[in-house]
Amino acid sequence: MEILMAFLVGILFMTATYLMLSKSLLRIIIGTGLLSHGAHLLLLTMGGLKRGAAPLLGENAPAYADPLPQALILTAIVISFGVTAFFLVLAYRAYQELGTDNMDRLRGKEGHE
Amino acid sequence: MKTNDVILQTVTKVTLFIIILFSIHLFFAGHYYPGGGFIGGLMTSGAIVLLLLAFDIKTVKSILPIDYIKLTAIGLLFAIGTGAGALLFDMPFLTHAYTYVNMPLLGKTSLHTAVLFDTGVYLVVIGVTMTIIQTIGESE
Amino acid sequence: MSLLHLAVISPLLLALLIPFLHKHFRKIHTGWFLLPLPAVLFGYFLQFISVTRQGDTVMETIPWISSLGIDFTVKVDGLGLLFALLITGIGALVVLYSIYYLSPEKEKLNTFYIYLLLFMGAMLGVVLSDNLIVLYAFWELTSFSSFLLIGYWNHRERSRYGAQKSMLITVFGGLSMFGGILLLNSITGTFSITETIAMSNEVVNHPLFTATLILFLLGAFTKSAQFPFHIWLPDAMEAPTPVSAYLHSATMVKAGIYMVARMTPVFAHSGTWVWLVAGIGIITLFWGSFSAVKQVDLKAILAFSTVSQLGMIMSLLGAGAAALHYGTIQDGYYIVAVTAAVFHLINHATFKGSLFMVTGIIDHETGTRDIRKLGGLMNFMPITFTLAIIGTFSMAGIPPFNGFLSKEMFFTGMLRIAEMDIFSFDTWGILFPIIAWTASVFTFLYSMIYVFKTFTGKYQPEKLDKKPHEAPVGMLIPPVILASLAVIIGIYPDVISGRLISPALRSILPALLDDSKAYEVHIYHWHGFTPELFMTIGVIAVGILLYKTLTKWTGVYRAFPEKLALNRFYDSGLEKLELGSLNITRGYMTGFIRTYLVYIFTFFVLALGVTLFYRNAFALDFSDVAPIRFFEVVLVAIMAISAITILFAKSRLTSIILLGSVGYTVALFFVIFRAPDLALTQLVIETVSVALFLLAFYHLPQINRKEEHMRFKLGNLLVSIGVGVIVTMIALSAHSNKSFKSISEYYVENTYKKAGGENMVNVILVDFRGFDTMFEIAVLGIAALGIFAMIRLRLTRGKE
Repeated sequence: MEILMAFLVGILFMTATYLMLSKSLLRIIIGTGLLSHGAHLLLLTMGGLKRGAAPLLGENAPAYADPLPQALILTAIVISFGVTAFFLVLAYRAYQELGTDNMDRLRGKEGHE
Repeated sequence: MKTNDVILQTVTKVTLFIIILFSIHLFFAGHYYPGGGFIGGLMTSGAIVLLLLAFDIKTVKSILPIDYIKLTAIGLLFAIGTGAGALLFDMPFLTHAYTYVNMPLLGKTSLHTAVLFDTGVYLVVIGVTMTIIQTIGESE
Repeated sequence: MSLLHLAVISPLLLALLIPFLHKHFRKIHTGWFLLPLPAVLFGYFLQFISVTRQGDTVMETIPWISSLGIDFTVKVDGLGLLFALLITGIGALVVLYSIYYLSPEKEKLNTFYIYLLLFMGAMLGVVLSDNLIVLYAFWELTSFSSFLLIGYWNHRERSRYGAQKSMLITVFGGLSMFGGILLLNSITGTFSITETIAMSNEVVNHPLFTATLILFLLGAFTKSAQFPFHIWLPDAMEAPTPVSAYLHSATMVKAGIYMVARMTPVFAHSGTWVWLVAGIGIITLFWGSFSAVKQVDLKAILAFSTVSQLGMIMSLLGAGAAALHYGTIQDGYYIVAVTAAVFHLINHATFKGSLFMVTGIIDHETGTRDIRKLGGLMNFMPITFTLAIIGTFSMAGIPPFNGFLSKEMFFTGMLRIAEMDIFSFDTWGILFPIIAWTASVFTFLYSMIYVFKTFTGKYQPEKLDKKPHEAPVGMLIPPVILASLAVIIGIYPDVISGRLISPALRSILPALLDDSKAYEVHIYHWHGFTPELFMTIGVIAVGILLYKTLTKWTGVYRAFPEKLALNRFYDSGLEKLELGSLNITRGYMTGFIRTYLVYIFTFFVLALGVTLFYRNAFALDFSDVAPIRFFEVVLVAIMAISAITILFAKSRLTSIILLGSVGYTVALFFVIFRAPDLALTQLVIETVSVALFLLAFYHLPQINRKEEHMRFKLGNLLVSIGVGVIVTMIALSAHSNKSFKSISEYYVENTYKKAGGENMVNVILVDFRGFDTMFEIAVLGIAALGIFAMIRLRLTRGKE
């Protein structure tokens, strides 16, 4: 399963990178979204998969899934939500002000260093 | 968003309280079962988003006249305050304490300062999510 | 925290309150809130005189980063106390003066006083810290607050230029000094000045000694405006006059002097130190006084005069360092140079402070500082004129003012240096008294120009913007106090000699004075018919002669080629630097975010790929894997297909929905991999963010209208595949290499024991790693504020 997940993470990173390199702002934002999904799965995979019960002591299981990556991912999910929202609004405002979401045309004013 | 969706509105009225109750349950259960400040806060804001979808922003504002930015600030204050509280007892920043108390009706209950910290998280998450959605929604 | 620490940081604490005080008590001039602080601090520090007089010191420590030897240690000894008294004493007078100088209607008083307090606290920190790193931090803070104060009238181009210049030069010096501190630490292994002084011998014999010394001196010379770094000081005169009086004559520029004095016990055993400090000092003295004569702006005269006086103190310290080689005090024979340095330091603060305030009064009451427009003000401003007479005569070294005494001692010190038989002073040393005497003639000259061109001569009302009249009483009190001090010290020098000078000497030359606690400085007016007396008489005679014939010989200044002026070098150097860095930057900063992302991703691929290859870290281990079930394969396939389909999606709505499907699949994976908290969070977040995406891009029709044509790019694809492959390799190797045990056992064991919870993930979040969570919600809050600002603030602006 870990091997399979590693390849899945690779695919997510690849598509994310490709999207982030494109011109359209929306595609860049979707790219960052995919990137964070990939990163979350990567973290989870690194901790080992299916090694025990959910990390709740109430389960009284002999072994538990690694709680640390889960805590890290929980933080990361919420942060990536905040960043995505911020990014979205940035794109939306840029579009309103400049009339384009094409990265090549978002060049600031002429003669501005 | 001027919609007049009777079914959605009626369903929302009923489910809203269930969702909010559930989110509060999730929040308090956090220390023992899946849940906690993040999930509880998100669930609560999910409920408010549902309300926003069913009614328009003005109605929601009159139902819930909350300044979400202030809510965020209060939440941050809770979190930092809980952390700083430990300093008063000469403990490192963010040291939590807990104790078990026998309460009438509820039986053996645990009291955690961590819950206060989590309340901060809960409030911040609601505040942030709603600030984002409300500002975007209002700018239309 | 001791009272002493509180005293050092109290200005910084008060600075926090200033905005509120300014806002709520608009009717009261903000300066009145400030005034008590330096006054109280001055009184507080006065108490320590009884301690330092006994040769004792007070030391208080707050542990800070003890593991690196960095503690906030405050030490009061003679030298530090002298400076602390100057800072707080002159500070109180300057604040009082500024209350009348700055009009509450026109000026942003809150920012001004915050900067001033910032400076006061920083300066106290510099002179009282015993830890070099802490000292350095305060040192840079003084540069920073000086920058802010010079640029206070930031609408003026000259102010901004002056501020930038002072910042560049002093921070360059500060960084050099930081290098020196680190080198010194590598030699001695400590940051404590007290301990470093004790290890002086090891420092001097270390191979890195010369480098350390030069780096330290760069810091001191830039701060104290020594040649050729003095060019920032005249431009710093763009600051409001109270600032010039405080920072750029009485205190901040003396931080370099302080540093040299403080480090004398460490470095003084080397000839390089003596030659550099004394030599640069005497050159600065000459160049400053020579340049001052040609100035027409009163403040510019004072600026160059400050440069030259600082050079004089510096040269005295250098000459005094040589005294250490003789090992004994010899009745103050060689020690006289250091005594003169400390004495003149105090005198300079008194007369130069009062002169700056006088200049401020003239500027304030007439509207100009140009000596070509001024003249005959004596009748309009009798008190100011008296103050100017006292200040300038003291500066020129005319009896009975305090400047005369220190000037005499300065000549003595310079004559002694010529007599010394070390470091080839016996051949070159004779230059010192000659240059010193010449410079003194020029000092006399510009002092006379300052006072007589302004107050005597023809009154030219047509050239003035305002009708001149005497300044308000409040503005006169501070310079009157300073001028009276100049007279009192001039007549009764022993008032300060035992209380302030002797303890300071003990800090500068501990090796000489430790075993002879009885040593007391006595300053005499009359030494008999010594060479010094004839030198003074010569200065006055030649000075008067040159003043009378001023118009005939000022052509000398025009002979000096403009091209060689130091300011030219500075300006063109700065311009070339900017141009050069712009050209380099343009080469790779294209302005396209895609280019930058390609840089980042390529670096990522190369750095990780090369490391994996060289460290032979790639490994594949199939033995310890979890079993795969059929529906999991289906989920993986759904996710991979969704992700890849996004690449080819034509409409935005499709790509948003596909992103959502990836997100929900991730949530399902969290369920399968026993992470209930994550699954719940992911589900809710995914719902909310899809709603957000739709809100921002679907419900806003104008955004949805235009679809850009997308082209396939091979380069991008290669980079993306590279990233994907590297990440997969990392994931595989991370799984296969188990170099050490997971630290998660700790959490499993302690979740109930230590935190009283059962949900490990939640307990980690709120308890074990609560700090992370706290900052995370702070980041969330900032993101929300950013979004709010981007949308809402524009709306309010539109309404206006």
